[in-house]
Amino acid sequence: MSGGPSSIVVVGAGIAGLRTATALRDRGFAGRLVLIGNEPHAPYDRPPLSKEVLTGRLAPEAAALPVPADVEVRSGRAAVRLDRAARRVLLDDGSAQSYEGLVIATGATAVPWPGPTPAQGVLTLRGLDDAARLRAALAEGDPLLVVGGGFLGCEIASAAREAGAPVALVCRDRLPMRRTVGAEVGALVARLQTEAGVSLRTGVTVTGFSGSRRVTGVELSDGTRIRARTVVTALGARPATDWTRGSGLGTHSGGLRCDHRRRALDEEGRPVEGIVVVGDAAAAPHPLPYPGAPSHLVIGHWSGAVDHADTAAATLVGGPPPGPVPPPSFWSDQYGVRVRAVGLPGAADRVEVHEYDPERRRVEISQHRDGRTVGAVTVNRTSRLAAHRARIVAEHGEGVVVG
Amino acid sequence: MRIHVDRTRCANHGQCVFAAPGVFSFDDDENLVYDPAPEATPAAEVARAAAACPVRAVTVEGGPA
Repeated sequence: MSGGPSSIVVVGAGIAGLRTATALRDRGFAGRLVLIGNEPHAPYDRPPLSKEVLTGRLAPEAAALPVPADVEVRSGRAAVRLDRAARRVLLDDGSAQSYEGLVIATGATAVPWPGPTPAQGVLTLRGLDDAARLRAALAEGDPLLVVGGGFLGCEIASAAREAGAPVALVCRDRLPMRRTVGAEVGALVARLQTEAGVSLRTGVTVTGFSGSRRVTGVELSDGTRIRARTVVTALGARPATDWTRGSGLGTHSGGLRCDHRRRALDEEGRPVEGIVVVGDAAAAPHPLPYPGAPSHLVIGHWSGAVDHADTAAATLVGGPPPGPVPPPSFWSDQYGVRVRAVGLPGAADRVEVHEYDPERRRVEISQHRDGRTVGAVTVNRTSRLAAHRARIVAEHGEGVVVG
Repeated sequence: MRIHVDRTRCANHGQCVFAAPGVFSFDDDENLVYDPAPEATPAAEVARAAAACPVRAVTVEGGPA
């Protein structure tokens, strides 16, 4: 490992940064390893925030993640600029952190509401503090309005119902979660939400908020109004890469472009030695390229952060070749129902329904594009997922999926 | 090598089955079944299975040096 970096800085203390730091140590990296996180908390896991932490079944502290003992964690410090020439990261307290190797793992932030909102009662959910605020609002039993029918919005609605709050869910599309898992599972999710007592409003958008200081409700595009003391917007996430602007790194859809080895690419597409990108901040090569697919894709899944950590670590410090990188996978838990998915179900031009039993809450659907399997979604049928996943890998060739 | 799955945490994510299919699988009733002391599966594969679990239900003790 001679010639490798003697110090590595990981910017971002979420699952991607933490797993990459762990992989670096597992690969025998013995130099200084600094993990910088912009939240005033020790590293924690995000998925429980929209589930058990909201319902109160899990204390926020229980989401904490184990950190290797020989990693210097600097919490509550945000990176504000990347100076590649001087190999240093400038932080928001005016200090600079020098590096020889750099891991960019700054994740994503919640897409904000694109207009003015009342100062109080309009929330988003991305971090631990957001979850604490939303949980406190739910504990008061006030009606909750969720704006956004994606995974996050649906999970928040589920958790809020479990906590006993009256819930309305506003979904721009005609079915929740349709874009990522298809119409069939979207229809089942709509049914779950409705049966749980959620007032589900599909095919409409929020056109404005009412309330001067504290929100009192929203107006919808069909002219109706919904009253609420708390509104949470779940409009998606975007890569938190503003701090690298001006550093000459290439971007795609807001994410930092990288190659299969997770090396950052410059604006001309050339690999930048010593800088790797992991997690939601990355725009990585498309995992299942089909004709017309974009070259790079931002994929904000927990499993992607985990699956790419060792590849990034190997790129920085060498050692044995990393294991194969699997196709994307993701999940959602709502009302005790387990939605599990692999690949890119939203890319389908054709679906095969192998099982669809809304009564028993069981679904098995595979997605195909240009004759190849590109995804699969199951509901309470994880046992059927591995075979579809194997087909994705086989039909796209290991070379492409493995990178 | 000893493998333990905390069934109070397991939520059928299936990631361990993907990573180490020789050790983990599901039965017809969607219950996870696994070999607690696999001999034929490389330790690295089992380690990947444990690391991939989103709810950290899989723990591995010991194993070949």
